[in-house]
Amino acid sequence: MFGSSSSSIIGNDILDIGSRKFDHRHGADDNNNMIPYAPPSLLLDSLNEHDRFEVPNVADPAHFCRTNFASTCGGGDSHQTVKFAKGTTTLAFKFDGGIIVSVDSRSTMGAYIASGTVKKVIEINPFLLGTMAGGAADCSYWERSLGMQCRLFELRNKHRISVASASKLLANTMNSYRGYGLSMGTMITGWDETGPQLYYVDNDGTRLHGRYFSVGSGSTYAYGVLDTYYRPDLTVEEAIDLGKRAIYHACHRDAMSGSINNLYHVTKDGWVKIHAIDVNDMHYEFLEEKEKERSARMASS
Amino acid sequence: MSILAYNGAAIIGMSGKDCVGIASDNRLGIQYETVAMDFKKVFKMNDRLFVGLAGLATDVQTLDQLLRFRMNLYELREERTMSPQVFTNLLSNMLYEKRFGPYFCEPVIAGLDEKGQPHLSTMDLIGAISSAKDFVVAGTCEGNLYGMCETLYKPDMDQETLFETLAQALLASVDRDALSGWGGVVHIITKDGVISRELKGRQD
Repeated sequence: MFGSSSSSIIGNDILDIGSRKFDHRHGADDNNNMIPYAPPSLLLDSLNEHDRFEVPNVADPAHFCRTNFASTCGGGDSHQTVKFAKGTTTLAFKFDGGIIVSVDSRSTMGAYIASGTVKKVIEINPFLLGTMAGGAADCSYWERSLGMQCRLFELRNKHRISVASASKLLANTMNSYRGYGLSMGTMITGWDETGPQLYYVDNDGTRLHGRYFSVGSGSTYAYGVLDTYYRPDLTVEEAIDLGKRAIYHACHRDAMSGSINNLYHVTKDGWVKIHAIDVNDMHYEFLEEKEKERSARMASS
Repeated sequence: MSILAYNGAAIIGMSGKDCVGIASDNRLGIQYETVAMDFKKVFKMNDRLFVGLAGLATDVQTLDQLLRFRMNLYELREERTMSPQVFTNLLSNMLYEKRFGPYFCEPVIAGLDEKGQPHLSTMDLIGAISSAKDFVVAGTCEGNLYGMCETLYKPDMDQETLFETLAQALLASVDRDALSGWGGVVHIITKDGVISRELKGRQD
């Protein structure tokens, strides 16, 4: 029965993935009313299998998942046996020269620093970037799944998916798992026919379009820098410097952010990785800069 | 989160040949927000005795004041300096006095006794003393500190080797702890005087 009732126009149905509409059309399983609607997976669908994750066999699986397997920030999961790595600063902003995506690379489990070399920018395809904040596994799995959905769209429709559509695919997926305790705060950026685009998508199903966003435990510090120095008419060099500084200040003050700053620039030809700099080296670079400025001021006055 | 880990700290006391060292980090935070990078947690009690206090910052400062008061009083009454053993018992008693409303501090005591031999001890927040010949640690990355000390410690180190060992053990430990770090300080106590050095650590 799967696929037999799909819409006649090939490629249109992909936009409904993860939505209620898609699952109704594909005859979601009515036997288990506890699971509201099935999450998507085109690959499994084509194999004629059930297209959703197995959930615990209890009366209210969502409640069970969110109380036992949730990945929340701070001490929200202290009662849980299963705890996850989290704590991050990520930011992205649009400007006249494209988009800058800048992130740290620390992964903490409580106060323990589990890793300092995490890749928090997920390269979905040569034109799309996603960032990772919240549960590492949730982000990497669902953004990879998004990469697959975007590729399928491209093959069916013979043109690249827009950032708006791509981010909506992810938001729909998040929406279908609402209340299950997924943890994901991500920015989907890229360049499509409409130019540079930036969306914020999180596990509540929120999907926002904006000029600049910062996500994670260090986001407030990064916003402080961004709000002060952001202009749409920044040159590419200025923009790179801003992305770098915002992450540095967040890493300096936020204990859960640190290590290496990875920075990407998105242009009409796709994304380019600009640098990976140790935040500690940046600290002394900026300190030297401050000293120079100070002595220059002293000399002039 | 435990109240002992509210502000973050890392402290090591370690013995050498006719010398003893104590090292601490510089961070003062409020949970995951770093507020200061020059917070003092190791205090000089006299020329041959230092105490490091890991735990809640307000209690660290209060205990330092109380201890200084008791030390001064002792020196005035007895007309001699306090030995590390006496100091350890004094502090242990002060902590147990507050058994049902403790100071949230874990002290590390490092000093030279009357014979010029190293004395190291630590206790929990209600004053249970534990002494060691080699090293004692306290703070939010106790596990890391033990690991580094077990690896780097050698008996009978001279002053310079002891300094190097303390510095390396501290910096390596705090680099894997979110709540401590942002630079540190090492004091080496010898019978000829105290050598204090600031450590340049990672600023993230």
